[in-house]
Amino acid sequence: MGFLDTLFGRTKPVQPKLDDLFALPSAAITLQAASGFVPTGSGSVCFRAVEGKTFSDIQDEVRQLLDMDAGKPGGGLPVEVSRDSYGFTWLVSSHMSDEVEALVTDLHAVNSALVDNGFGPQLLCTLVAFRDAEERRLALVYLYKRGTFYPFAPLNGERRDNALELQMKGVLGDDLKIEQDLTKWFPVWGAPGL
Amino acid sequence: MARTRYAPDRGLTVRMTVTMFLLGLVFVAFVVGIILILTAVHASGAAIVLFALVFGGGSAIASLFFSDKIALAAAGARVVTPQEAPELHGVVDRLCALANMDKPRVAIAPTRMPNAFATGRNSKNSVLCVTEGLIDPRPGGLELTKEELEGVLAHELSHVAHKDVQVMTVASLLAIVAALLVRFAFYSELFGGGRRSNDQNAIPVILIILVVSAVVYAVSFLLIRLLSRYRELAADRSGALLTGQPSALASALVKVSNSMSRIPTQDLRAAEAMNAFYFAPAMKLNGQGGPSLSAVFSTHPSLERRLEELAKIQKQLGQVSPK
Repeated sequence: MGFLDTLFGRTKPVQPKLDDLFALPSAAITLQAASGFVPTGSGSVCFRAVEGKTFSDIQDEVRQLLDMDAGKPGGGLPVEVSRDSYGFTWLVSSHMSDEVEALVTDLHAVNSALVDNGFGPQLLCTLVAFRDAEERRLALVYLYKRGTFYPFAPLNGERRDNALELQMKGVLGDDLKIEQDLTKWFPVWGAPGL
Repeated sequence: MARTRYAPDRGLTVRMTVTMFLLGLVFVAFVVGIILILTAVHASGAAIVLFALVFGGGSAIASLFFSDKIALAAAGARVVTPQEAPELHGVVDRLCALANMDKPRVAIAPTRMPNAFATGRNSKNSVLCVTEGLIDPRPGGLELTKEELEGVLAHELSHVAHKDVQVMTVASLLAIVAALLVRFAFYSELFGGGRRSNDQNAIPVILIILVVSAVVYAVSFLLIRLLSRYRELAADRSGALLTGQPSALASALVKVSNSMSRIPTQDLRAAEAMNAFYFAPAMKLNGQGGPSLSAVFSTHPSLERRLEELAKIQKQLGQVSPK
């Protein structure tokens, strides 16, 4: 924030960074090779809905757009929409395990629809889910405003497997821009699709 | 450049600029006035002015540096970990991620009065404090919804983002120095009167400094209050744009203001010193002055004014096609 913005007490809403999301497919391959975590095929976009009809209309349009391909080969399942207890909206897109690229394309469609309509600042994070053979859960969370990823490994009862998360930070360091500030690795308990 | 629905409020910017310009003008006039007085009478009061400047500046810097600790201690608040208050931290986490800002420490004050404040000299040393009354889910309490609580916290985080503690400290510096000068001039008049009776000029000089300082203090005090009200509107605005829910913030404002007027006065007087930091003023000036005068002295804009501004933002966000 500039000096003038401070002086006048105004914040420019932060526009999301979208491009780094496309590093996910290759990172998924690295992850599988190095640690045995496989994509579940589901991913989600989380945003803060704006009150009023304008925003909900856009949300409906995105949903219809994504559902057009549902059922076709590579098209995935219809999109699920849910609201978490913090009032944030999650759009969950489900594909086959080996369709990470199609999944990222879906997620990007949501991003660009919001950005094109001037609601880019409402995007919070995107989340892609992974599992390993022992059924351990892992998510890669993409922070739109920073353009960085962090691993999130929930255990039962709102606890996190910090060791696993830090291990993944090392594994993925070459493929993804990992968030270096650990205080930004906020927990997303009960995220849909995880 | 991405399209945006978030146009800046030019009117507010202009009013804030004018206020700060006037504050600067008073400051310059004050300094020039003091220098003129002192050169005219060969600097017999220079020590007092210098002392007030050093003392006032020092106390302003100290209050800036320790603002978080002072405010937490005054409110009796305790910093809480994510384990102790997971929901509160969850809301703050999300808002900070949306706004791409550093997460402040989160504290809870054991007060029934529902309110919140944020303070600290920079984003790394900030603390966001809510009272128990604000987050108390018990029936009969305030019963803020998650959205309303989020609105309150977004407003407070905007204060942090706008660096309001720093801005207001700088703005208050002049008033602090002027107030100190009034006091010093008064005491030196009181105790130094006998010694200086031989010096023809000394007594008038001290008197003039006293009068000038008093006027400067009064004018800058009013300007600071005006600036504070604009900063509140700015924080409302940024908070509402951050969450995209101006109505939730508006209804939180109404709930907090209503419950404030129901709380016994004793509790409120204790909170008055903290007023400038709070989400809603804990104590309104009432009685003799009437509504217009209390509006001039108030640290916060009236509820009606704040609701009006939020309604404008709501309209802005609902536009079908962005600019």
